[in-house]
Amino acid sequence: MMPLVAILALAAGTFAFRVAGPMARHQVELPPRVEQLLSAAAVVLLVALASTSALMVGQQFAGLARPAGVLVAGVLAVRRAPFPVIVVAAAATTAVLRLLGVA
Amino acid sequence: MRSIWRTLPAGLDRRTARDIALVCVADVLVGASFGAISVSGGLAWWVPVVLSVVVFAGGAQFAAVGVVLAGGSAFAAVVAGLVLNARLLPFGFAVADVLGTRWRTRLVGAHLTTDESVAFAIRHDDPDRRRAAFWVCAVALFGCWNLAVVGGAFAGRLVADTDAFGLDAAFPAVLVALVVPSLSTSRTRVAAAVGAVLAVATTPFLPPGLPVLVALLGLAAAVRRPGRRSQEPSPEPLDLGRSR
Repeated sequence: MMPLVAILALAAGTFAFRVAGPMARHQVELPPRVEQLLSAAAVVLLVALASTSALMVGQQFAGLARPAGVLVAGVLAVRRAPFPVIVVAAAATTAVLRLLGVA
Repeated sequence: MRSIWRTLPAGLDRRTARDIALVCVADVLVGASFGAISVSGGLAWWVPVVLSVVVFAGGAQFAAVGVVLAGGSAFAAVVAGLVLNARLLPFGFAVADVLGTRWRTRLVGAHLTTDESVAFAIRHDDPDRRRAAFWVCAVALFGCWNLAVVGGAFAGRLVADTDAFGLDAAFPAVLVALVVPSLSTSRTRVAAAVGAVLAVATTPFLPPGLPVLVALLGLAAAVRRPGRRSQEPSPEPLDLGRSR
């Protein structure tokens, strides 16, 4: 469940991040290490989310069909395939594997 | 199309205008997937729609919905979204000059600050061009993104058996497509790999939503290597625009 209050909390926090820079009167510069850490945190979080949602359903292993589709997406992304190709190829791989009886 | 070119604000060159249009097309696809995945996963249609208008940050929206659809709490979803959006803090500093001095434009411009609009603004040095690139990209994306999410949310209601179509693989695939271009340095890759292993390994034991946050411990692998820091370029900002 995603109640409205949670959506608004995320919106308020996000806006605070966005508005801090423009509101800082003097041009305060963020230390480069902080900037690097923030970028890296975003990447780590996205990769973790991709991994868990590829491999797990709830607290169980998701079966082979879904990770196989996501693996295809990974290969295509590394090869710089267009976004729609990546997503459709992943879904199609998983769907075909299930059609063939792979869970 | 001709008339659109003529009515572009002064300072926006054709190449930038064309690139912004391409990013909009790509974002329409991401937005539509976001709406469809959220609704086919069981959320009410207004959840992705409201998220898109008031949060307006694709990565965080996917993260929050992903946590919730995996059974995590709304609190964990908010934390995941905020961690992802913390990168907007340095972006705000980077484009503070294009937002002007009036309160209203600063507040509106801040809300429309995204990976894409920042990327277009910082491509130019000339103040007029910076301003034009930022605002055209920001306003165009806000319109495209939100309309696409509404369309996707309604399309998602039409799909009955999402597993048969492999749609459950579409969500991680979207994340992979977004994040792969940002895995540019070995330190980021190590941190991401350590984080992913931690998240998957703790999923059977921890409450849903928490394993993804545990992954942030992988950042320690990225920071505590002082000897190699000077040899590597800093990681590129998460440029969702290029990958969409």
